[in-house]
Amino acid sequence: MSKSINLTLKVWRQKNAKSKGQFETYLAENVDSDCSFLEMLDVVNEDLNKAGKDPIAFDHDCREGICGACGAVVNGQVHGPQRKTTLCQLHMRQFSDGDTIVIEPYRSRAFPVIKDLAVDRTAFDRIIQAGGYVSVKTGQAPDAHSILVPKTNADLAMDAAQCIGCGACVAACPNASAMLFVSAKVSHFALLPQGQLERKERVKRMVAQMDKEGFGNCSNEYECEAACPKGISVSNIARMNRDYMGVGS
Amino acid sequence: MKLDSKVPEGPIAEKWEKHKFDMKLVNPANRRKFEVIVVGTGLAGASAAASLGEMGYKVKAFCFQDSPRRAHSIAAQGGINAAKNYANDGDSVHRLFYDTVKGGDFRAREANVHRLAEVSVNIIDQCVAQGVPFAREYGGLLDNRSFGGAQVSRTFYAKGQTGQQLLLGAYSAMMKEVAKGSVELFSRREMLELVVIDGHARGIIVRNLITGEIESHTADAVLLATGGYGNVFYLSTNAKGSNVTAAWRAHRKGALFANPCYTQIHPTCIPVHGDYQSKLTLMSESLRNDGRVWVPKQKGDTRPPADIPEDERNYYLETKYVSFGNLVPRDIASRNAKSVCDEGKGVGASGLAVYLDFADSIRRLGKPAIEEKYGNLFEMYERITGEDPYSTPMRIYPAIHYTMGGLWVDYNLMSTIPGLHVLGEANFSDHGANRLGASALMQGLADGYFVIPYTLGNYLATTKLEKVTTDHPEFKKAEAEAKGRIDQLLSIKGTRTVDDFHRELGLLMWDKCGMSRTEAGLKEALKRITEIREEFWKNVNVLGENEEFNQALEKAGRVADYLEFAELFAADALHRMESCGGHFREESQTPEGEALRDDENFCYVGAWEFNGVGQAPTLHKEALTFENVPLTQRSYK
Repeated sequence: MSKSINLTLKVWRQKNAKSKGQFETYLAENVDSDCSFLEMLDVVNEDLNKAGKDPIAFDHDCREGICGACGAVVNGQVHGPQRKTTLCQLHMRQFSDGDTIVIEPYRSRAFPVIKDLAVDRTAFDRIIQAGGYVSVKTGQAPDAHSILVPKTNADLAMDAAQCIGCGACVAACPNASAMLFVSAKVSHFALLPQGQLERKERVKRMVAQMDKEGFGNCSNEYECEAACPKGISVSNIARMNRDYMGVGS
Repeated sequence: MKLDSKVPEGPIAEKWEKHKFDMKLVNPANRRKFEVIVVGTGLAGASAAASLGEMGYKVKAFCFQDSPRRAHSIAAQGGINAAKNYANDGDSVHRLFYDTVKGGDFRAREANVHRLAEVSVNIIDQCVAQGVPFAREYGGLLDNRSFGGAQVSRTFYAKGQTGQQLLLGAYSAMMKEVAKGSVELFSRREMLELVVIDGHARGIIVRNLITGEIESHTADAVLLATGGYGNVFYLSTNAKGSNVTAAWRAHRKGALFANPCYTQIHPTCIPVHGDYQSKLTLMSESLRNDGRVWVPKQKGDTRPPADIPEDERNYYLETKYVSFGNLVPRDIASRNAKSVCDEGKGVGASGLAVYLDFADSIRRLGKPAIEEKYGNLFEMYERITGEDPYSTPMRIYPAIHYTMGGLWVDYNLMSTIPGLHVLGEANFSDHGANRLGASALMQGLADGYFVIPYTLGNYLATTKLEKVTTDHPEFKKAEAEAKGRIDQLLSIKGTRTVDDFHRELGLLMWDKCGMSRTEAGLKEALKRITEIREEFWKNVNVLGENEEFNQALEKAGRVADYLEFAELFAADALHRMESCGGHFREESQTPEGEALRDDENFCYVGAWEFNGVGQAPTLHKEALTFENVPLTQRSYK
C-alpha cells in the first residue's frame, strides 16, 4: 500500500569538474512510497526550480533499469539498498518516514564529476573500443546456423553480456577497479566460438586500456558483484585473469 | 511537390536485387573523401555508422547520451523477427512481408516491406557473427518463438533483453570503427539544426551538452536515426531523453513529415500510479502467451482478484476474439482494455487497469516453467509495484510505445531534402499504421546494416556536391538560430517549469489524440496546443545558463519542439477520417465497434509540409497500391 513519507536529503552539489563540491540539505516532504527514487528527485527538482534554485543534475534515460545511465551512491551503497536494482528501479517503499538519505556521485579517478551526481564514464567506451568486439564487417557473416554454441556456454555468455555499463562496480570497489566491467565483456566473447580468434589479443588490449584510464586493481573484495544491478558474477574476473595469463580454455 | 517514392520497376521479389545492381557505386578508394554524419546511435544509427565506416566513408556519429550504448533501442525486450524458417513451420520471406503489410493495416509501402523481409535473414547472420548471445536450444542451434500473435515461430531473442544485446552488437561494431579512425564519436551532443545548402543537407549544428558550446559539422550526407516521438505524450515507454527535435528541425527545413498520427499503444504496460510519474514501463507482450486478460463482470467490483469467482470474470479478449484470444494485435488489445475501463470495469486504485493472470499457466506448467520464461519480467513488475505476480494477477494498462509515423523517405531512405536520409523509427516507411511485435529491431538494423550502405553510395555517386566549410553563411545562420532559441528560453524567466508544460501537453494528447480520437476532440486539442505553446514562450522558467551542463535547458528545447510538433500530429489525426492500425477514429467503426478503414479515400501516405509555426501545413499524398497483398479488412475473430 502506498503511503506518504518525509525525508531529509543530503545531496552532493558540485557546479562542474573544476569546482569544489559540498553537501546541501533538502527536505523531501509527502513523498509517495510508490514512486521511484528518481521520481522523488524529480519532485525535489521541481521545487528547487520553482524556488529559483539550480536543480540537481543526474544522468538517467530509460528509467527501466537497462540503459545504464543512472547511478549514484545512496547511503554509502551504489544504486541504493536494494540488491540487483538500478537507481531508477529503486522505489521509495525501501525507505521509512523520517529517514535521512545521503546521495553522492560515483567517486573514482577514472569517472570525473561533470556536475552534481553526473559523472563522465567515457572511459568505458574507450575500453570497448580497445577490443570489446568481434572483428566482423557487415555482410561477411555466414549463415547463423553454421555456428553452433552449446546452450550452457550461450547462457553463461548471456549472463556476462547483460552488463549495462553503469559503472556501479567501479564505484563500489575500494580500489575503483573496472575488473567486473572488463571481465564481463571479455567473458561474453571468450565463451563463444565467434570470440576465439581474437581472444588473447582482446583481453590484453582491454586490460591495457583499463590501466591507462586510471582504474585501480582488483583485490578480491567482491563489492562489485554485490553492487551490480545485473548480478554479474565475479567468476568472470577469474575467467579473465586466466585468459590474461594465457591459461584460459 | 510531387512525391516520388522511387520504387523500382519489376516483380516485388526482384525489386531490391535489381535496384542494387542499377544503383551507382562509390569506388572504395574514393569513399574516404565523403563525410557522412549519423545522428543517433541506436540500432539504426550505430549499425549504419559501423557499416559505412567499414566501407571506408568518413563517419561522424552523434548521440545525446553519455555513451552510444545507451540509446533507447536498448530497452526493447521481446525479440527480432526474421524469415529464416528455422522452425520449419511455413515461414518465408513472402509470409513475413505479407504479415507485415497486413499487420500495418495496409498503410505501408509494399516494396519497402518486402525488402525488409528479404534482409531480415542477413540481420540474424550478422548479429550471430558479432557474438550476440541469442537464446539457443540444447543442440546448440538458435531458439525461436512465436511473438505478438504470429502464426509462425520467427522471433529470435536474447532472454528479455534482445534490444540490449542487438544494440551492444551494433555499438561494438561501431566502436571497432572508432578505434580504426573511420568513425568519429561525439557523445553528449544534441542536434539543434540541419544545415541545407543549395537544396542539399550539408551539415548539422549541435550543442555540446557539457560545455554548452554550439558546434558546426559539415558533411556530404546527413543520416537521422533519432527514433520516435512518443514523448509528445509525456508519459510513454520511451526513454526520458527521447525527442523529436532532430526530426522536427529537419522538417522545418523542408523534410516532409509522414503520418504523424500513427502511434502504437502497447497493451502490456504497468499502469500509471501517481501524478509524479515520470515514465511508463512496458512488459514484453510475450506475457500474453501465458497470461489471461480479464476484468470483473460487474462494474465497480473492488474485491481482491482472488475473491472474484470464475463466473464473475470477463475474459473479454478470449470471448470476443475466439481464434486469437489474448494474442490479438497490440492495437486491438489496447483498445479493448480502454473500453472495458471506460465501462467502469477497470481494476486497481485508478480503475485504469485490467488483470493479466498467470494462475492457469502456473497450474498447468508449474511455477518453475513460468519463472524460466518470464522471471525477469515478474521481478521487474514486483520491483515497481511491490506486488508478487506469481500469487496475484498483474495489473496492466496500455501506454504509448512506438510511433510509426516519421519523416517521409523514398525507397532509398532519402527524405524530401536531398542528402538527408532517415533510418529506423525516425522514418515512416515500413510499419504502416501499426507495427508488429519484434519488427522494430528488424527495421532499425535492416536500414543501418543492409539498406543505407547501398543507397547512400548511389546518392553520393550521382550528386555533384561543392565542398563546404562551417564558414558558409548557411552554417552561420543556423548557428545563430540555435543560439537565439537558447537565449530566448533562458531569458523568459516565467513561473512554470518545463516539466509542468510537458505534462500538460502530454495529458491533452493522451486525452484527445490517444487511443481513440474524434473530430471534436482533435479540434479542441489543436486549439489547446496553440494556447499551451503560446504560454510556454511567455511563462516558462529555465534556470541557469547555456555554458554549463544544464538539463533543464535541454528539456526546454525538446518540449518547445514537441509543442510545435503536437499541432502537426493533431492535424494529421483530424484529416484522417478513417480508423486504421494505431489510429482509431470513433466516427469510423463497424457496427461491432471495430476499426473501419476507408481505402477509397485514405489509402495514401499523408506527408506534411511545414509552412511556419501556427500556420496550417500543406498535405502531400503518396498513393499506396497493393499489388501483392490484397486489401482486406483485418479480422482476428
